[in-house]
Amino acid sequence: MALQAIAFYLLATVTIGSGLAVVSVRNPVHSVLFLILTFFSAAGLFLLLGAEFLAMLLVVVYVGAVAVLFLFVVMMLDVDFGALKQGFAKYAPVGGAVGLLLAFEMIIVATAVARDGAASGAREPMSAVGGLSNTESIGRVLYTDYVYFFQAAGLVLLVAMIGAIVLSLRHKPGVRRQVIADQVARNAQSGMRTVQIKPGEGMGE
Amino acid sequence: MTIGLSHYLAVAAILFTIGVFGIFVNRKNIIVILMSIELILLAVNINLVAFSAYLNDVVGQIFAMFVLTVAAAEAAVGLAILVTFFRNRGGIAVDDAAVMKG
Repeated sequence: MALQAIAFYLLATVTIGSGLAVVSVRNPVHSVLFLILTFFSAAGLFLLLGAEFLAMLLVVVYVGAVAVLFLFVVMMLDVDFGALKQGFAKYAPVGGAVGLLLAFEMIIVATAVARDGAASGAREPMSAVGGLSNTESIGRVLYTDYVYFFQAAGLVLLVAMIGAIVLSLRHKPGVRRQVIADQVARNAQSGMRTVQIKPGEGMGE
Repeated sequence: MTIGLSHYLAVAAILFTIGVFGIFVNRKNIIVILMSIELILLAVNINLVAFSAYLNDVVGQIFAMFVLTVAAAEAAVGLAILVTFFRNRGGIAVDDAAVMKG
């Protein structure tokens, strides 16, 4: 139990510290790397809660795809990030005050909910129910009760993929492409031109 | 020393606040704003998974999965818009976005 507490405090500290670094470091590449660290330690928190499948999903989807996408975009765009950072000192006091207030309120509510809410009876996080692993129990609910939501999630991803492709597709002008129909429709009349050349002048063009 | 539900909820609340703070202080830098939104969604996911674990109900984890899906789609489309915007304007300052007003 003590080991679990140590792991929790370590992971929570790293999550919060790197989350704070994401929004406050100057270089956005470092910011993305701290985002990866945040997701990684949040995956550790999920593991502590017994949600192994979601922890692995977080590592695969966020660290493997989303964060690398961010990294690509940050490195691709040639932006003067120093200029973008200049409002930081101006907004930090007000933002910090609002943030502290917000965190205080939410922690009060969370403590109250944890003590008196529906989950107040539970002392331990969920372990394997009825001999089922976490992945298996998720699958049993996801593919039966929530199968339409699952399909809708797939549709959301499809629309996002099409949208991202359409947005970032660029037609370069002046690129010569092969048009099969034009090639097939070409015959002796359209493909050849008879020119009468006067002696001694040659072709004009 | 035992770790209860309130500990996880507190972590999620602090992470959510950091996300909101990040949107406040990085108003000009839209990449960091997108990352702050990811932090906020991660905090929501921690809440969902913590309640799912302590209520012994797996549905919360399924909702967390859907949130994850939507977050991934949002990041992809947001970054695509960002790249297009950069191509058209030559910069990503949020103030420039006002020129898109009709």
